[in-house]
Amino acid sequence: MDGPSDPLSPEITPEETFLNRRFFLKAGIWAGSTLATAGLYQTFKPAPAVKNTGREIGTVAEPPLPGAIAVGETPNRFEDIAGYNNFYEFSTNKSAVASRAQSLQTTPWTLQVGGLVEHPLSLSLEDILGFEAVQRIYRFRCVEGWSMVIPWVGFPLAKLLSLAVPTDQATHVAFESYYDRQQMPHSLFAGIAFPYLEGLRLDEALHPLTLMATGLYGKTLPNQNGAPVRLVVPWKYGFKSIKSVVKITLTDHQPTTTWNRANAREYGFYSNVNPTVNHPRWSQAYERRIGETDLRPTLMFNGYADQVAHLYTGMNLRQNF
Amino acid sequence: MNTLSADSQFHRQLILVNGLLPAALLVFDGWRGSLGANPVEFVTRTTGVVALFFLLLALAVTPLRQLYGWTWLLKQRRLLGLYAFFYALAHLWTYILGDRGGQLSTIAADIARRPFITLGMLSFACMVPLALTSSQAMIKQLGPKRWRQLHRLTYVVAIGGVIHYAMIVKSDLTYPALFAMVLTLLLGYRLRQVWQRG
Repeated sequence: MDGPSDPLSPEITPEETFLNRRFFLKAGIWAGSTLATAGLYQTFKPAPAVKNTGREIGTVAEPPLPGAIAVGETPNRFEDIAGYNNFYEFSTNKSAVASRAQSLQTTPWTLQVGGLVEHPLSLSLEDILGFEAVQRIYRFRCVEGWSMVIPWVGFPLAKLLSLAVPTDQATHVAFESYYDRQQMPHSLFAGIAFPYLEGLRLDEALHPLTLMATGLYGKTLPNQNGAPVRLVVPWKYGFKSIKSVVKITLTDHQPTTTWNRANAREYGFYSNVNPTVNHPRWSQAYERRIGETDLRPTLMFNGYADQVAHLYTGMNLRQNF
Repeated sequence: MNTLSADSQFHRQLILVNGLLPAALLVFDGWRGSLGANPVEFVTRTTGVVALFFLLLALAVTPLRQLYGWTWLLKQRRLLGLYAFFYALAHLWTYILGDRGGQLSTIAADIARRPFITLGMLSFACMVPLALTSSQAMIKQLGPKRWRQLHRLTYVVAIGGVIHYAMIVKSDLTYPALFAMVLTLLLGYRLRQVWQRG
């Protein structure tokens, strides 16, 4: 008896081999599917590689300045400040920015100050780090509803502007971030146009609390926090504090700003922290301090009302949000 | 000796384990404190995305069955739907307890004033009757035809869920757009069938 049904025929896989093969197939599917699921989970949660590898920056003590050191606040951990960032040139996922931003080249660097000034400046990284640095501990409130306390190192923008000497016509200051698509390939998915632009009124820019930050926790800025030099305006939503600045231009008109251009209904030019004016899609009355579980009420001008409210007297803050 | 595609016990185990895995990883990461700087935001986003994922998987069953003859998938469809419900429920609870700190008044205000919250709540509300009628006994009680009609609500839930997702992002629509694309394909496939029949 010779036929396909012959159990001894060599074409027929013996039951043992068949079960064995089945076992390996199943094991393979198990391994493959669980790895894929776990991998998918991981893509939403990229591991932030954050170590404070910056160089030390020496700071000098400054005369007492109200608001310079946030009273009764504990700074957030370095790994949170440097591991949870909005820097859309690199990623819109806040925990993915830290690793992606490692591609940013900060040497050489040139910061240009121009426009309506008597003395246009072109500053190298050495020039920027050569400014006498002070320490400021500021609250930082993101428009998304979270906040941190950050120990910055830097110098007042007013100091830089006093060297350039704004002309009488100057009313506003425009800022521009560094942009290089080669170093920022994911910027294509951000949904906003680059280079990133920001702006302040001249009196806001000259306010003693307005800082050009070059470091945090006593060391030079990590790339993801806006190395080598960024703006910090503590009473405004975080997106006003433009990162990795290459150009500062004095103007006689309100400059174009990135988020205002992207969505004027949601992001105003001023964007002062204001718990009574909600974002069209969410409330601004409360905030989540990173590291805390309970919500905190958001403070007017982020708690800097005593220092900055006079800049806006007589203004309708609901219209000029 | 049954083939692998007929081994429905294996399929069930596979989906059960892979479905629980994201939740287990979230719990594990929470336990070892590695949910990132803003755990509430991360858990909210992850549970929401996983819920949408399972919704789309459940909706993909019929097209896959008809196009590739994967009839074995049908037996697992209700489990996929239940996982979507499970993650949507986790998403909702994270929002209520974590994001809003359990303050019911702010939640009510959110539902009334924030269209994306309203839409999310409505989509979730539509899932409740589907989850409640997911048992074999309920199919019998309703009758298969009425049960299928009721469960077409899944499309409404998925559309609402994807729009809800698109409405919360600030500018990067990559992920919502991917979900929307897949959903459009699935919905288009079914609609074409309806037109061809009628």
